[in-house]
Amino acid sequence: MFDKNAKPSPARQQQLDRYSQLVDRLSPKSPMLQGLLRAFWVGGAICCLGQIFIEIGLSWLNMTSTAASTFASTMLVFLTALLTGIGVFDKIGQYAGAGAFVPISGFANAMVSPAMEFRREGMVLGLGAKLFTIAGPVLVWGTSASVVVGILYALFPW
Amino acid sequence: MNIAVNLLKAFLVGGAICTIGELLVLKTKLTPARILVGYIVAGVFLSAIGLYGPLAQFAGAGASVPLTGFGHALTTGVKRAVQEIGFMGAFTGGLTNTAAGIAAAVFFGSVTALVFKPRPKE
Repeated sequence: MFDKNAKPSPARQQQLDRYSQLVDRLSPKSPMLQGLLRAFWVGGAICCLGQIFIEIGLSWLNMTSTAASTFASTMLVFLTALLTGIGVFDKIGQYAGAGAFVPISGFANAMVSPAMEFRREGMVLGLGAKLFTIAGPVLVWGTSASVVVGILYALFPW
Repeated sequence: MNIAVNLLKAFLVGGAICTIGELLVLKTKLTPARILVGYIVAGVFLSAIGLYGPLAQFAGAGASVPLTGFGHALTTGVKRAVQEIGFMGAFTGGLTNTAAGIAAAVFFGSVTALVFKPRPKE
């Protein structure tokens, strides 16, 4: 009775065309440029904040450059966890998209957010397991790729 | 003055790396989780072929804070460990070099999840 491969009748086709024109006219203009700008400035600002922590570590806390870089990531992870806890980071994420999730802040947010949400399912399989919903795949693929690189490097040092 | 230049470089390079991520979101419909995995693996291999090191040298946090920098840290750790202890370094170096970031995320993540109640989605 209803064949979805059948061509619509000309009248129906005209109606469909009018409808898609209406959709085109009413949907907002491409948010492309706006999205890219937001990702750029927020992502840049987060990295800039990381650089501020590095400079603080180097100049005032007498850290080595490795320790300063670790200090910066740790502080960003801490701030993101806190902002996620009080519900602010989700708003930043909605505004900035990749600008918020590509920096290490996104990694931290991806751990905290599901852990908070699933805490009522228990400390072990709720909080403990959901902490790795997104961090798990990232660590699995990142670590595996680095082991491949390490084996190649041990066999053919370049 | 030197610090201002460092901050500007971090802003520009970090912003550019995030913009590429947003371009992937808008153009390919890849989920953020896939983009994060792609970024870290890309960081591992870009670092292995020697492209990411100079960028990290130039941009500081602009290169180390995005997830590609996490991949770069995995690769530099693995290479250093292989130089120091040989073949087994391929298995120890990556996580050793990234341990602080991972431990911080696990620790602060679980503490936050314990302290704060989830709020209803708007």
